[in-house]
Amino acid sequence: MLDHTPKECIERKALVINPAKTCQPLGATYAALGIHRCLPHSHGSQGCQMYFRSHLNRHFREPVEASTSSFTEGAAVFGGGANLKTSIKNIFSIYDPDIIAIHTTCLSETIGDDIPTYIAQAEVPEGKFVIHANTPSYVGSHIVGFSNMVKGMVKYLCNNNGNPNRKINIIPGFVNPGDMREIKRILKAMEIDFTMFPDTSGVLDAPLTGDYTMFPAGGARVEDIVAAGNSGATLALGGFASGDGAFELKKKCKVPAKVLQTPIGINATDELLMAASNFSGREIPAELEEERGQVIDIMADLHQHYHGKRAAIFGDPDILIGLAAFLLELGMIPKYVLTGTPGALFKKEVDRMLQEAGVDGRVISGGDLFTLHQLLKNEPVDLLMGTTYGKYISRAEDIPLVRVGFPVMDRGVHSYLPIVGYRGAMRLVEMISNTLLDRVDRDAPDENMELIM
Amino acid sequence: MKEKIKKIMEKYPAKVFKNRKEHVLVVNKCEAPQMIMADARTIPGIITERGCTYAGCKGVVVGPLKDTVAITHGPIGCGYYSWLTRRNRARNNEGEGYNFLTYCFSTDMQEKDIIFGGENKLKQAIGEAVEIFKPRSIMICATCPVGLIGDDINAVANWAEKEFDTQVIAFSCEGYKGVSQSAGHHIANNGLFKHVIGTGDEPVGEYSVNILGEYNIGGDGWEIERLLKTVGYHIISIMSGDGSVERLRNAHKAHLNLVQCHRSTNYTAELLRAQYGTDWLKINFLGIESTVQSLRDIAKYFGDRKLIDRTEALIAEELAIIQPEMEKYRKLCQGKTAALFVGGSRANHFQGPFKELGMETVLAGFEFAHRDDYEGREVIPFIKENADNKNIENIVVGPDRERYRLVLSREKYEQLNKEMSLNYFKGMIKIMDDGSIVVDDINHYEIESFMKLLKPDVFGSGIKEKYVIHKMGTLSKQLHSYDYSGPFAGFRGAVIFARDVAMGLTTPAWRLIKPKWKTGPTLEGDFIREVV
Repeated sequence: MLDHTPKECIERKALVINPAKTCQPLGATYAALGIHRCLPHSHGSQGCQMYFRSHLNRHFREPVEASTSSFTEGAAVFGGGANLKTSIKNIFSIYDPDIIAIHTTCLSETIGDDIPTYIAQAEVPEGKFVIHANTPSYVGSHIVGFSNMVKGMVKYLCNNNGNPNRKINIIPGFVNPGDMREIKRILKAMEIDFTMFPDTSGVLDAPLTGDYTMFPAGGARVEDIVAAGNSGATLALGGFASGDGAFELKKKCKVPAKVLQTPIGINATDELLMAASNFSGREIPAELEEERGQVIDIMADLHQHYHGKRAAIFGDPDILIGLAAFLLELGMIPKYVLTGTPGALFKKEVDRMLQEAGVDGRVISGGDLFTLHQLLKNEPVDLLMGTTYGKYISRAEDIPLVRVGFPVMDRGVHSYLPIVGYRGAMRLVEMISNTLLDRVDRDAPDENMELIM
Repeated sequence: MKEKIKKIMEKYPAKVFKNRKEHVLVVNKCEAPQMIMADARTIPGIITERGCTYAGCKGVVVGPLKDTVAITHGPIGCGYYSWLTRRNRARNNEGEGYNFLTYCFSTDMQEKDIIFGGENKLKQAIGEAVEIFKPRSIMICATCPVGLIGDDINAVANWAEKEFDTQVIAFSCEGYKGVSQSAGHHIANNGLFKHVIGTGDEPVGEYSVNILGEYNIGGDGWEIERLLKTVGYHIISIMSGDGSVERLRNAHKAHLNLVQCHRSTNYTAELLRAQYGTDWLKINFLGIESTVQSLRDIAKYFGDRKLIDRTEALIAEELAIIQPEMEKYRKLCQGKTAALFVGGSRANHFQGPFKELGMETVLAGFEFAHRDDYEGREVIPFIKENADNKNIENIVVGPDRERYRLVLSREKYEQLNKEMSLNYFKGMIKIMDDGSIVVDDINHYEIESFMKLLKPDVFGSGIKEKYVIHKMGTLSKQLHSYDYSGPFAGFRGAVIFARDVAMGLTTPAWRLIKPKWKTGPTLEGDFIREVV
């Protein structure tokens, strides 16, 4: 397994091997799916959209409908205006979505297609919306694409009509529908009036009823996103995926913005509850405090299984910041923290966290899994946490893997269950400790096999 | 039926209607030969199931070659999405030394590379790959922006070959070329034929064959290999499942080429025939009957009594093992119907396996096939050239002065050609029953409409369609990736396929869709009386 990965690290400046990120348009597609009755549209070659759809299909095991401008060589040379206008016309007449969310690709960005002009020239039926985001694949990562599409929603839709209310906007970040459901459950328990956008719950975890509808019941309503301009505050969960959207909304509609960590673990969830309480004037109910106490109980009872263990974690920046924080709360050592998404801010933030905790860890942004593997060959850890792609390193180095983040394509159900909030923390403790205990059982000689652990 | 189909099509805007109606037909032997529109542009805005040229070149044909470092030159996405997603299994065979299939290599182009050109980054990436992996060959696969900004990947390949003393082959497979993956297959075939095939000179054994268009999904290729080796054939190379560049170098020395996927490798089969005189035979190892037929045809081609006897012995032995189990599954599947929308060969190949379970195929179509895959190779001279297919290079070669040879005498060839189809593929329509429907390049709207119209019990397709079908309460089997099962090829594979289909049709989930309270009263007895 991965036999050609040498222990010796040779510096690479041009070749990326086994990436820990993908391109912007995938994130833009995922964000767009979080609007009710929205059809994401990829302005580029049709292969792009085929790749985004199948990748999302594999992670969620759900239908993902999205269209494409299907560029040919002619369009690539002469511009994609005709393709986009034809697309908009065909989409509304065949699929009848309420809104089309267009993202660009490396192709349409390289030739410099002017999307707003094309949209202005297109036939858009009364009451329907067409929005767009520039998502050049050669900048940033899928997380940047998600962020850009959220910004696009704000730019095109949000409106401050002069009647402010005490509603709270929640931008949840690039997380699973199960996480979005959990955040909504928490806010409902606090009796807070809120708008979450994007919201893929009910879209990418829709029930099987035998009656297929192309646009499932879930997703943020367009009218709610429009009205988000009147809300009392925006909580952006995860600075990388959600921060820009919140600031854009502040700029455009004067809605105060607060950026929080993705609420993974105790402190980050506490922060969310306090901020939500602060902005809404609602108290934190006993029910949530009870859940919190349960997690602390679990952490005290099970700490002997994971305290002091070293972990390597990789994936998307917001999730990693949350995970690193939670691992520290558990008394674990995040030895390696690697994201494929470029940007110095990530490294700065996690380095600060590690330094405060007195942990000697290595933080890498814009890295790849080949690098992570080489680091592990030189100094191994007890646990690997990240996406499905980690399974090859896990096998090569015999390090157990906890699957978390995007994508997970070789296991099911993960997208329904949260890692955020207190319940998410509970689930993470279960996954981490069970994985480590399975390893203890596997490696134990007969005489050391324990009934009770 | 024609009326009903017309109704489905009439919902389209006028221009779309005009285009799409040419891609649909109802099979009717009286009207043979029936013509269908295929390999045509996808309509912008349509939720197509198709991919791009890069996907066909890197994703399908080049990607499975295990002993080469295939560098995607472009932004990160294309390389990332085509990394390990096609289930092309590959072994670390003794002596072969290299297996890079679990690796993804990309130049991860950034904005400055787009503005100032990416050639230097590509050169450096190749240098780094050579330094770390010391491969015997490197492939460069281009993505959309590469062609647009004018990076000359062929010049880079030439430079790198001299600089690093390693073969470097460039594929200009930008996504926007052609109308689907199919253009990418062609580009990959061209590149491998020009730069790899014919460059080796290993001695080959008796009855040597290549398997073309077999990608070893779920281990299909290994099962085919097992059967062929048992009979006594020597397999020189497989293009390209568990394939290797080093083995492919000797492909020209084969005595016969076996073509599993006609769409993706017919170019190489024809070029090998033109330059080296090697005949090709369309085989199909999916399904019991076609496996038997394929094995018999191959043995007959060589005409060696020992091969023929061993073939019959193998068939008898394998059939005896699988028949009781097949019977068990057939009972569960008998009388059900299937609709198939897969690739450029599989909608054809899988009709047999379904038939063997007592299941009729009521609709079949391809994603990126050409007219010959539907109508047979006899239509090739009549396929119109258009702006899309003519910008893909069409290599023309003549007989190689030293290496051209014919395995069969002219008389023998003429005689055999009456008994089997040499260098010919009859296409899909001819195997389908009257009244069944053929749809080319089906899209989301048509899938939904035909599902309602035909109500098949299983829809065989890919991942993008799968969960739509499940939401309708109907089973979908992925016939590209086999739902992570397999192999489906050969006799043993037929049983695994049968088991999977039977399991899918009978799994209790389908019977639990309607909650009890939706099918009967929830309030009963005294309580109702009290309320009233």
